[in-house]
This record gives sequence, structure tokens and C-alpha cells, in this order.
Amino acid sequence: MRIRIEKRPIPSRLVSVLTLLLSLLLALIVGGILLKAVKADPIKTYRAMALGAFGSRYSLSETLVKAIPLMLCGLAVSVAFRMLFWNIGAEGQLAMGGIAAAGVALFLPPRAPHLPSWLLLLLIAIVGFMAGALWGLIPALLKAYIRVNEIITTLMLNYIAILLVEYLFYGPWKDPKGYGFPGTAEFPPVAWLPRLPGTRVHLGLLFALLAAIFIWAVLSRTKWGYEIRVIGENPRAATYAGISLVRNILLIMWLSGGLAGLAGMAEVTGIAHRLTKGLTVGYGFTAIIVAWLAKLNPWTVLIVSFLLAGLLVGGDQIQITMGLPASVALILQGAILFFMLGAEVFKQYHITIEWRRRSSIHEETGV
Amino acid sequence: MNTALFVSMLAVTVRAGTSLLYATIGEIFTERSGVLNLGLEGMMLMGAISGFAAAFHSKNVWLGLAVAIAIGGLLGFLHAFLTITLRSNQTVTGLALTIFASGLASFLGQRLGPQGQPLVGQIGPRFERLALPVLSNLPLVGRALFQQDVLVYASYALVPVAWFFLYKTRPGLHLRAVGENPRTADAMGINVTRIRYLYTVIGGMLVGLGSAHLSLAYTPGWTENLTGGRGWIAIAMVIFATWDPVRAWLGAILFGGINAVQLRMQAAGTTIPAAFLHMLPFFFTIVILVAITWWEAFSKRVGAPAALGTAYVREEKG
Amino acid sequence: MATNTPAVRMTGITKRFPGVLANDHIDFETQPGEIHALLGENGAGKSTLMNILFGIYRADEGEIFVHGRKVRLNSPRDAIKQGIGMVHQHFMLVEVQTVAENVSLGLAESRFFLNLGQTKGRITELAQRYGLQVDPDTRIWQLSVGEQQRVEILKMLYRGADILIMDEPTAVLTPQETKELFNTLRRMAAEGHTIIFITHKLDEVMAISDRITVLRGGRVVSTVCTSETNKEDLARMMVGRPILFQVERIPVEKGDIVLQVENLQAQNDQRLPALKGVCFTVQQGEILGIAGVAGNGQRELAEVITGLRQAIGGCIRINNMDVTNCAPCRIIEKGVSHVPEDRLGMGLVPNLSVSDNIIMKEYRQPKLSYGPFLNRLSIWRFVDRLIKLFDIATPSQETPVKLLSGGNLQRTILAREISALPNLLVAMHPTRGLDVGATESVHKMLLEQRSKGAAILLISEDLDEILALSDHIAVLYEGEIMGILPAEKAGVEKLGLMMAGALREMPPATSPEQCAEPVEGKVS
Repeated sequence: MRIRIEKRPIPSRLVSVLTLLLSLLLALIVGGILLKAVKADPIKTYRAMALGAFGSRYSLSETLVKAIPLMLCGLAVSVAFRMLFWNIGAEGQLAMGGIAAAGVALFLPPRAPHLPSWLLLLLIAIVGFMAGALWGLIPALLKAYIRVNEIITTLMLNYIAILLVEYLFYGPWKDPKGYGFPGTAEFPPVAWLPRLPGTRVHLGLLFALLAAIFIWAVLSRTKWGYEIRVIGENPRAATYAGISLVRNILLIMWLSGGLAGLAGMAEVTGIAHRLTKGLTVGYGFTAIIVAWLAKLNPWTVLIVSFLLAGLLVGGDQIQITMGLPASVALILQGAILFFMLGAEVFKQYHITIEWRRRSSIHEETGV
Repeated sequence: MNTALFVSMLAVTVRAGTSLLYATIGEIFTERSGVLNLGLEGMMLMGAISGFAAAFHSKNVWLGLAVAIAIGGLLGFLHAFLTITLRSNQTVTGLALTIFASGLASFLGQRLGPQGQPLVGQIGPRFERLALPVLSNLPLVGRALFQQDVLVYASYALVPVAWFFLYKTRPGLHLRAVGENPRTADAMGINVTRIRYLYTVIGGMLVGLGSAHLSLAYTPGWTENLTGGRGWIAIAMVIFATWDPVRAWLGAILFGGINAVQLRMQAAGTTIPAAFLHMLPFFFTIVILVAITWWEAFSKRVGAPAALGTAYVREEKG
Repeated sequence: MATNTPAVRMTGITKRFPGVLANDHIDFETQPGEIHALLGENGAGKSTLMNILFGIYRADEGEIFVHGRKVRLNSPRDAIKQGIGMVHQHFMLVEVQTVAENVSLGLAESRFFLNLGQTKGRITELAQRYGLQVDPDTRIWQLSVGEQQRVEILKMLYRGADILIMDEPTAVLTPQETKELFNTLRRMAAEGHTIIFITHKLDEVMAISDRITVLRGGRVVSTVCTSETNKEDLARMMVGRPILFQVERIPVEKGDIVLQVENLQAQNDQRLPALKGVCFTVQQGEILGIAGVAGNGQRELAEVITGLRQAIGGCIRINNMDVTNCAPCRIIEKGVSHVPEDRLGMGLVPNLSVSDNIIMKEYRQPKLSYGPFLNRLSIWRFVDRLIKLFDIATPSQETPVKLLSGGNLQRTILAREISALPNLLVAMHPTRGLDVGATESVHKMLLEQRSKGAAILLISEDLDEILALSDHIAVLYEGEIMGILPAEKAGVEKLGLMMAGALREMPPATSPEQCAEPVEGKVS
């Protein structure tokens, strides 16, 4: 038996959709096997996850809550990936945004007590964005001027940022009334991002939607978007055409880091109202998966974020309702991704399997 | 600093860096063949938990080691299959592997203990320290270097063996050629696919070995996030070492040293600087990487295998 | 004809790639001790056929016999086992490794320890026997192109290849190196080796081969003995009609000097000197042809002028303004257009649409944009006009450009570059890989631009093209201009000698007597 692989001139759309569905199915099956192995009922578990994620108004709102940072980071990562800048550092950029936001939220209101909430929040948003943007500019500068591999630099900066967060809320910014619970003091209400009444869904959702619109408009309608597309497809041609790689790398990472920073800002001012461990739980990494699954399209990023958030929330739910570890959700996520990655090959290439053995060099061409 | 302190810190340095050394050399082999495996963190977690679980239930530490190595190899094979045969994007696949394997390790950690209870905090068999006959009596270094467990000793041997293999043997030559110029290697009759598979799996096995050291000797045992980012540091270390086994050893020493210093400071009761000490390996990696990249621009070819990260396809009309 | 068993016999070979039938039931055979030329234009299927013989591709249909035995060649390793060796156009060498390491790569002997001493000894032996001098300990990137080719040949001989396939081997050699290569090949043939020589150059075919097989459009046109044919017949077989070796070039009045290059110095990618003080000028309405064997600084010259490479000395002036080391976008603004040699790698973005590719130069202009936004409507009109004007065959504006044929790719690039109404057009190998029809239309376009007063810098390894189009011809050899001659005074022999570095002439009186003092790169 021999497998012959020929490149398709145009990737097939039909196969795309089919493989998406197939991957989901296979992932569910793999998860099911695992669940069976620990004596849990797969169907019951999946139902519980689905209900836990989308079954009630409360679950939906919780899913949205988790989706917001995924959306913002997903958009951040996707826009960098468009230009072949592998920003693996969304987690760190998010963390820096959170730090900056927390810094302003904790220390400004006492000194400027008459500052209206909306203005304070606007300021915090800007600061959060800029902090993430600057953190993203470091690897961008290194890449643009010295050509340092950004996968490693962004990755390393993640851990530096995460450690910095820990240092701050365990150390100088520790809540004096904390009773040993690790975290900063709670922000004053004037620095709380408004929520949808009755839920925890906060204004960050609006940020995400606006960001998606902005990115879509830039990519499809502006000169900048055109340059991004050219660079992403053929950097050599871009240079030849006079498009400045340096300028674009810096700009895109300013935007990408900034959006991730905004995600961090939204998390601390919208959900926790303080800087804690719960900030760096992996949104930045999951966002990479989101961006890839969404094929870097901003609207699809929003949808995929929502679905993946549902998966995570569902996972949390079964921990409570069925005593199963939340890591089931992570396993499912990984499995879906594996199958989708594997399925990519069918989209790009035409696979023929030849079963019959031949004694000469005569072969049949595949269909 | 008195000698007792020096010796104890040296001992800790070596021990702390061992798992990282295995993982780094494993990834060096993988990357030399042209495959980038970012899944190390997940693989180490999986290797550690499965090794510990196997040792715990069978009361046999060698079985645990074997299982850890096998799991590492299996996950390496998975990565190879996806990226080589199915030609998926190496970066995303590696990250997917990390997420999947970390999640699975966490899951198993909750379930693989006695009667389905968590394995966290359980005590299992471990590799005890073994003093080597003559060598452990050497002044200063004797106690530090030669009163370690068997896996540490094996790592001493690994570095020169890996170096020799890479540069002085025919398979090593072929490996290097595949990573530099797969088209040429292919045209010379070298089976590029087979080599990439082989060394990705071997790399995975070494990663598994390293993770076994964590759960069966260093810590020992299992907790959430046992590896503490070592998988990511190993990826950085490969660059730090410029894909050379001997320099990888230097990197492991550096990392181990930082760990040793940090432990000492913790023992002395200071927690605040710990975070900054932990940042050092990551920070240094960036500095080294910048230095190497800058230097590479002026000297010739001291850098990455030229074909790293790209899939190799033969049937393409040029 | 031959009563001996053929060294190689291929029957009914068919090979399809997506969208193209590269080999169509080809029958081919060679005798032992013969130098057999495989002649055809670019894209005729010669390389494909030989890649099948070497096991890199597998034929869809057909059979192969080596010395009478039917064989199945699934990989280069199988081919090598059968005694077949191939020296490719693009060398298959690992640059960072030494000659000895490269030669011993993938050897059938499975000795574990790398003992290169023996290998080096045998290499030296073979080198002396066939006249292929090279030091086994040097790294590949340190060798010249001609030397690298010798390594490739040695690689094959080391493995006992008695059938040697050479794919366009002289594309990168000077006339002198070509002569040496031919001597080597004759020596090998005399010892019983079979040589298959892929080329599209008629002169070489007549000089070296015993028999010739002509391919056209994936099929065999004919197999003849060299002694029984001539260049005109071969040309006819190659293209199916007599080629006109000349194109109409009417005299055009020259204007001001557009491009002035003074004492230009630059390095190549290996940081070795590639341009060592180049001086020339190009006027409005003039085509200056830069002749020379590939690898003598042509690429670096084009890149320095268009801002894609740094000049480490000297000066470039366009319309009297110093543009040395300016960024590409500044140079584009000065009215410079660049048709690069690497179409899909640099000149175009394969995955983007025809429309996206055509606006790559002008998208910043107010006519195609307003503020930060692209003006969709005017872009559509602009692209539509150019598609019609330049006769680009494409299903639609949105078709990804990678689906276009070679000729249409080049038309797309030219459409874009010419519509910008350049003052200076730098055209590098503009007709490489194009069929005769496409070549003709490109030549016409270049001459048209010349009539409109553009200054054209034509860099090409096709001497016929240079002779046909240029008003003046400069020869570039090892980074220096050997001479600049008006077209009427430039004969093929003289140019050939200059291309080999054997002749150096003073530049004509119209250029500055002496170049300006070297200036450390200036930005305007």
C-alpha cells in the first residue's frame, strides 16, 4: 500500500466544513473513551457540560464572561498572525495590562476623588492598552531590527510578566486586610467596569465587538490592511514593493499587545475588581488556538471564542455537578485541535491510497 | 562562602538541572532534524505523572522510568505524525500538544491515586542517591557531583555521547544534513521522513526521561504544575545552547544554579526576591538569543538548522 | 544504428502535475559511452524526464531499463544503486558542511563512525583522474559556483555512477569553465560513462554531443545524430517554426542621463565583494544591456539600484539626485520600476488576487485611495484597464495569481511596473522560462517603453536577447564592468571573452573619464 499526496491547486471548501464536523465528533469520542475509563457516563457528562455552558441565562452569561478575554486575545493574536508574527505572548501582554490597570485603579482614586467613573475607566483602559502594547513592542523591536525569533521572546516575556503579577499581589500591593488570601485590595467602585445588570458580563464585551469591527475594517478597506496582507503572504514581495516591514511589525504588535492588554484591564476591572492569581489562567494561550481555529478571521474569532468559552465553563460545571475534574475540558479542547490540525492535510492535499502492488513502474492515477 | 555551602549548592544545582538537561538535549535532537516541538511542557507533565503513577502502583521505580520514557516517546510520535505525515503547522501543533497533555496530566493526577483518589501528596518509590566508590571522596566536587541518583549519573554520560553522536558518526551527519537541507538529504538517498520521525520520538523519550527524574527523584511525587515551566525553559535552552549538547549542559547548570540560589534564599525566609530570581532564566534566554542572532548576522552559520520548522514535501514542481 | 544494449531506455513515460502534462509518452534511449543532449526550451519536460530517471519523481506510466534490465526507481537511492547520478541545476549541497561530508552523505555503507580520511583520499584520487580539482576540507559556501559543480560531479562518481545526468550545467559557468567541463565530460565518455546533457543552448549541443533528442511540449520531436544536423534544424524542431534571431529595433533619440552609477560597491549574501566599483550611465530612450554569466554581481546590482541591498561604497544618481541606500519606497517614488528575476518569490504575492498584485506599486497614490482607505471602485477600473491593455489571461480580477501561467505572471508584473510610467526600468531576466510567444511580447513592450523615453537597464544571461534589444552592452565579470560597447561593435566572441574576464576595455568617451571619489552610502 502506498499513500500518494498531491497538492490541490485550490483548497477545498467542502472538505473544510466536513472536517470541522468530523473533528468535533472524533474529539467527543476520544473524550468519551476517557470518561468511560473513569467510570463516568459520556453522554451524561456532555449534556451536563452543554447545559452548564448554555442551558440557562446564568450559564450563558458566565460563558460570555469567559469569552470576553478570549475574544480580545484571540483578535490580538489573529491580527499578529496575519502578518506572520507569531505572538505567543498574549498571556504576558494581558498580564501587563492587568497590572497597569490595577495600578491606576488602586492608586489614582484616592488622589483624585472627584474623577467621574467613566473618565477614570477610560484612563484605565488607555493605560491597560498601552501597557500591553509596550510589552508587545519589546519582541517587535527585537524582531524588526535584529531579527530575533519572536516565538521565543514572546514566550519568555509571558513568564516574566506572570511572575511580576505574582510578585505584586504577594508583595508590595498585597491587600492589608487580605486575611492571607493572595491578591491586592479591592478596587474602589468608581473603578469597576459596568456590568449587564444581573450578570457578570461587563463592558469588555463591547470592547471586543468594537475591536472586531475595527480589525475587519482595517484589513479589508485600508492601505494598512493591504500591507498587512501582503507581508503575511510574501514578506519579500512586500519589501520589493516598498512596504516597510519594520514599521508594520511595530504597528501590528502595538495593536496586538494593546488588545491583549485591554483584555487584562477588562478582567481586573470587570470581574475580579482586584489583581489576583485568577488573571493568568491561560487565556493568552487558548487565544492562539482560537485564532488558528478561526482561520484568523475576526468574526469567526468571536464565534469560536464563545464556543471554546462554553467548553471551559462546561468543564467547571461538571466539576461541581459530577465531581469530574475540570481538566476534562482541556483534554477535549486539545483533542478537537489535534483532529482539526490533522484534518488540515485533507484540505490542502489530495490523498490517494494505492492498495494494489505492482511489479513494474505502471501505476494508476488517483481519482 | 564556606565550602559546606558551596558543596551543597553545587549538589542542588546539578540535581535541579538534570531534568532540564535531558529535555533540552532531547529537543536538540528533534530540532536538528528540522522539527520544532513546542509541546515539551505538556510532555514533561505527562511523563512525570505516568511515571510516578506506574511506580506508585507497582512499587517499582524502574517500571516508572520505563513508562515515563514510553509516554514521552508516544507523545513525540503523535507530534511527528501530525507535523510530518499530515503536514500540520508545527507551532500550533506543539501548543495543542501542550494543552492536551497538560490537561490529561492534571486529569490523571486527580484519578490515578489509590482507589481513584488523587495522586497528589502520595509517597512512592524513588531513585535513591548512590555514592560512587572512589569519585565521591574527591575534595569539594566529590560530595556534590558523585553522591547523586542514577539518572544524574546517566546525564553526565549523555552529554559527551550526544556530542560524539552528532558530530563524529554517520547517523549524526545525516541528522544534521536533514535539518539543514532536506532536499539535498533526500536527493542523496537519505530518508528524510524516517529521520524526522526517529529523532522526534527519541527527543520525546529523552524528555520523558527528564520528567521521570522530577517525579521519581527530585521532588519526588506529583503535584499540579510539577514542572514549573521547565518545558518552556528547555525550548529556550536549545537556542541558548545553539543546538549543541555541550552548551546545553552549561545552560542546565545555569538554570540549576539559579534554582539553588533561590531555594537557599527561600530557606533564609525571603520570599520577595524569589519572583525575580525565577525570572532570570527567561530573561537570560532573551539576552542570549539576542546576542546569538546579532552575532549570527556577522559570522557565519552558527544558528538554527536552516530547515527548522518547515515541512518537507518532495513532489513539488519547482 | 546501435547494436549494443542501450545504457538507458525509457519507454512510454508519462507524468502529470496539477494542470500540466509534463511528459507525454516519451521514448528515450542512450548508448554507453555516448554524450546525449536533451534539448528543448524551458518547460519542454526535459528536467521532469530526468528527475524520473533519477528517482525524484515517479512516472505515472512507462518503463525504464538500465543496461537492459527493467528497473523500478522509487527514490534517488534506487537510481544511484543502478549507477545513475545526477547533477542538478540547483546544487544539492549542504552549505555549512565540508566537501568530504557532502560527498559521504547518504552512502550505502553503513559504517557508524565517521572516518573521513579514507573518503578524502578517494575524492582526491577521483579529482585527479577526471581533472576536478577541489579541496575536500573546504566548506561548500566557501567554494565558487564552478567548484561546487565539481563537488556535485565527484559525489556521483564516488558512488560509481556510470550514467551521469547533467541539468543545464553551464548556466552558471563562464565560457572558460564550460570548456573545462566539456573536456571532463569527454574524458568520462571515453572511459565508457554515459552522459545525458540537458540544455536549451544550441551552441553547446553542437559542440559536445554525439546525439540529440529534442523535446517540445512534453513530447519527443526527434532524435538525431549531431553530425547529421545543424542549428537551424534544431531550432525548428525546438519551437516548431524557424526562430527569428533578430527583433526590430529602430533608432531612438537619446535624452538626458537618467541613471548614473559611480564606483558602486556591494557585498553578496556571504559578505564577499560582489560589486567592486561599477560605473555606467543610462540615458532616456536607451536600453543598456548588462551581459554576463549569472553569479557575477548581476543580482546584487539590480538590488542595490532598487534599494533592496546596501551599497557599501559609491553612488547612485537618478535624474541627478543621490539615491544611494535609499529605502525601496523612496526609489519607487523617483520613478524606478523593477521587474525582478524571481517572479513568484519577490515580484508577486502568489496567494493574493491579480488585482491585489497589480496595485502593489500604486496603491498609495491618491488615485487609488482616499486617506487611509482603499478606493475600491477606482482600483477595479484601474486593474480592468491594465488586464485588457496587457492582455493578461485570467478568469477574473480576484483569481489568485499563482494560478496564472508563466507568461501571464510576467505580463502582470510588467503591467504593474510599466503602467507606473517609469523613468528607469530595471528588468532582470525578463523572459526566463517564457515560451517564444511570451518572449516576443515582452521584448516588444520593452522596446515600446524605450520609444517613449524610458531608460532601461536590461540584465540577462541570454546573450541573444541582449544583442537584440540593447543600444549599449556592458559586461559584468566578478563585480566589475569589463567594458561598455555600442551594440554595433559588440560581437558574440568579444562579449564572450569579456564575460570570461579575458578582455578588458576602457569605457567609451561619453561616460565620465574617471568615477567620482567613493562616498560612504548617502541618503537623500
